Order: sequence, then structure tokens, then C-alpha cells
Amino acid sequence: MTEPQRVSGGPDHLEELRADPIGLMRRVREECGAVGEFRLAGRPVVLLSGAEANEFFFRAPDEELDQAGAYPFMTPIFGEGVVFDATPEQRREALHNQALKGSYLKGHAATIAAEVDRMVAGWGSEGEIDLLDWFAELTIYTSSACLIGKRFREQLDRRFAELYHDLERGTDAIAYVDPYADIDSFRRRDAARVQLVGLVEEIMATRTAPAREDRDLLDVLMSLGRFSADQITGMFISMMFAGHHTTSGTAAWTLIELLRHPEIMRAVVAELDELYADGSEVSFQALREIPLLESAVKEALRLHPPLILLLRVARSEQRVLGHRIPEGTMVGCSLAVSNRIAEDFPDPDAFDPSRYAKPREEDLLHRWTWVPFGAGRHRCVGANFAMIQLKAIFSVLLRDWEFALAQDPASYRNDHSKMVVQLARPCRVTYRRRRPCG
Amino acid sequence: MRVSVDLDLCQGHAQCELEAPEVFEVPKKGKVRVLAPHPPETLRDRVEAAVRYCPTQAILLKPKE
Repeated sequence: MTEPQRVSGGPDHLEELRADPIGLMRRVREECGAVGEFRLAGRPVVLLSGAEANEFFFRAPDEELDQAGAYPFMTPIFGEGVVFDATPEQRREALHNQALKGSYLKGHAATIAAEVDRMVAGWGSEGEIDLLDWFAELTIYTSSACLIGKRFREQLDRRFAELYHDLERGTDAIAYVDPYADIDSFRRRDAARVQLVGLVEEIMATRTAPAREDRDLLDVLMSLGRFSADQITGMFISMMFAGHHTTSGTAAWTLIELLRHPEIMRAVVAELDELYADGSEVSFQALREIPLLESAVKEALRLHPPLILLLRVARSEQRVLGHRIPEGTMVGCSLAVSNRIAEDFPDPDAFDPSRYAKPREEDLLHRWTWVPFGAGRHRCVGANFAMIQLKAIFSVLLRDWEFALAQDPASYRNDHSKMVVQLARPCRVTYRRRRPCG
Repeated sequence: MRVSVDLDLCQGHAQCELEAPEVFEVPKKGKVRVLAPHPPETLRDRVEAAVRYCPTQAILLKPKE
């Protein structure tokens, strides 16, 4: 048994993690192999990559590798005692989210399509959008409508999306030193949370008990009478968090990559045109296979995973690939690095949706390294919902509109200065109404 | 076809039961139980859907040996 080797640079890597996290994690693999180490605010983090090390990470039960304490930047956003503050048992319970059950998905697809229709209703025959703003606002409406209820969504507007964005920006890795450090992004985070609680309070004040069948989650929580506006807001923030910046970013990157590859865009549009030629509903098709579009989404996810680093804390001494990990050590799994391992994904930096077609099916073949949704016990419970949502969004957008990049194709990139990765500005595209064919 | 499950990975989300209740049963707060390890070919589509929609990819489908 040997200790994992420490990567070059540092001696502490907090600043590098805040500036170029993927560069740091790639160097760990290059210098140290599948098990290496960097230092984060004085603590060692053992960083894993590759199939064998990832399988260890994803199979470990919570009692061995625990999420609690691994994401200190989330506590001020969710509130004390919510999600990563809860016990593994409470988290397992909460993850059985009723709203994600298969029988609701058809209704969700119809809801999402209607939300896209509403967002484009104000568009002229041509114009320009900021991808970050536009998809972030759309996914606030879709996730609130699907997860909390349509009554609640009807009482939201842009303000909610803007405040929510300030929460997501409040995830600086400085939180590993102090989650309440006196820095601008944390002050904005805390101010945004206070205002969100205010908005929810306003909404609660307008509510009178509706008929049972019209109730949404807010009515149900209010009827229980034991939750404050602050607690309810914390629950809503946490329910929407996992599916918000992730879906929003993936929608934006799918569109960017399709626009960078016009021949693939043409094939996807042709696929959708044929599927909807018979006038079928988005709520019907989005639940079925749309192979080319799905492959394009998967490839956008592989190249631009919305979460680049998953973290746990070792609750007991662990052993992996001949290395000893002492109790209390943080253990990380780098999705961004694993997704581009050349042995598993030939030509790893290329956008090549055909790698998911039979017989290659590289996502299924490499289930411990094709990990944009994670894998194993804690694999994203919303993965199916996310894919249906993305299929519904592009079914509507590409049916009626054509898009074009409004800046240099190479200039679109992610902002990695926060733990929640977002598109960096500028990130603009133009749209134009499609001319009716024939 | 032969159905097997990885109980290490199963977290009891019960998506499989929703897709193919003839083959999978998930008790409340429990893990999956395979009712029919060798389901008939007529159920193939639904078993494949269960494999695809399992959130933790805990179900494996193999050709009959």
C-alpha cells in the first residue's frame, strides 16, 4: 500500500481549482495516474479517474464515501439541515422524488413544450439571444412547473430566475476555507436567498386553499402548517438545483455544438421534421427514441459535463488500486477528465455523435468512464427527465426556428471560476423563423 | 433472455416495476426482487425499457445460455 502521489504545483491548489480546474485534474491523471492527490485549502483530495478507480468511487456505500461535508458551498444556498447536511438515510428517502416517476413524464413533456412556446411567443421573425440568460430562464419555468406545480410557476417571472442565478454564482471554492467568507459573490448569494424567501412569502400570502385536485406542492406544504417560508424556499431551491444549471447548460452546449457542425444539425432537423410530419405531439415523441438528437445531447454532455468534479469524504480507511486513503480524506472523481479518456473514446476531443450508434455504443460500453450523469448508487435520478426535457425543448425550437452563431465558433466556453459551471459570456446566437417548406 | 440485478447499485427507485411489473417487484423502502429471471420474449421491449430507465443502471440483460 502506498500513499497517492501529489500533483505538481501548489503547494495548495485552491487557486488553481478556481482558475483552471480541468487543467489541474488532467495534470493529476498525467502525472500520478488513476489515483493522485491535490490539496484544497490545506486538505488532501484524492482524485480518481479511469474505469477501475471510478467503479470503486461509484459503488461505495454512503457509510464509506459520504457526501456530507463534501460540498460546503451548498449549505448557505439550501439552508441548514437540507440535502448535504442531512443523514445518508434521509437523503435516500428524499431522492425517491415522486415528480420524476415515469407515469408523470408524459405530462412533463407537454408542460415543457408549452413553456418553450411561451418563451418564443415574444420573438419577432429574427433576433438575438444570450444562451445563458435564455436557457436559465426557460429551465426555471420548466423545473418549477414540473417539480413544484403549475400554480407556483404561474406566479414566477424573470426576477426568480435572476435571483436563482445569483445563488448558483455563489459557489466559489473559497467555501472550502469559509462558506461565509466576506466576498462579493457570497454577499450576493445571501442577498438573493433573502429576496427569494420574500418572493415565496408573497406567493404564500396570495394563496387560499384550492380544490384538492388543483393543489401544488406549495399548497400541500402550507396545509401541513409546520414549515416557514424560509424552510419551504430552501426545499424548493434544493429540488430545483440539481436540474437547473445542468439542463440549461446542456441545452446551450447542444445548440452550440450543432451550430459548429452544420451537417449534423441538418441531419437532426431532418430527423425531427420526419418525426413530426404526421402532426404528432411533442409529449408523445419526446418520450420515444429520437436517436440522432439524443446522440448529439450525449456528446454535448460528454464534452461539456455540467458537473466536472464529484466529491465525497472517506468515513473509514479506504484502499483503491494499491493506494491507501486515510479516514477523513476527501475523495474526488473527475467527470470532465474521465469523459475524454482516449482509450475509451477515440478522438476524445471531437464532437462525434456517431459513437453512440450501434454497434459502438460507447456510453453503454464504458459505463464507469462515460459519466456525465455520474454512475452507480448516486447516478443522477433525473437523467431520464433531463433527456425528455432536452428532446422536448429541441423539438419545439428546431421545428420553427433556425439558429446561427453570433460570434467566433471557438469563442464559446465555460466559466470555471465557480463550483457550479456556467457558460461564459458573451454567448450569443441569432434566430430566424424557418420558412415554411414546399 | 436472462435478467440479473446488481443489488449493490439498486436504490429502490422502482422504475423497473413501472416498466415491467411482471418481471420486477420493489417493496417500499426495499430493493428490487426479480419475479421472472427468464421472462418470455413477448416482454422483451418492456424489460429493455426497465434496463434503460433504471436510474442506477442496476439491471443486466443477457441472452439465455
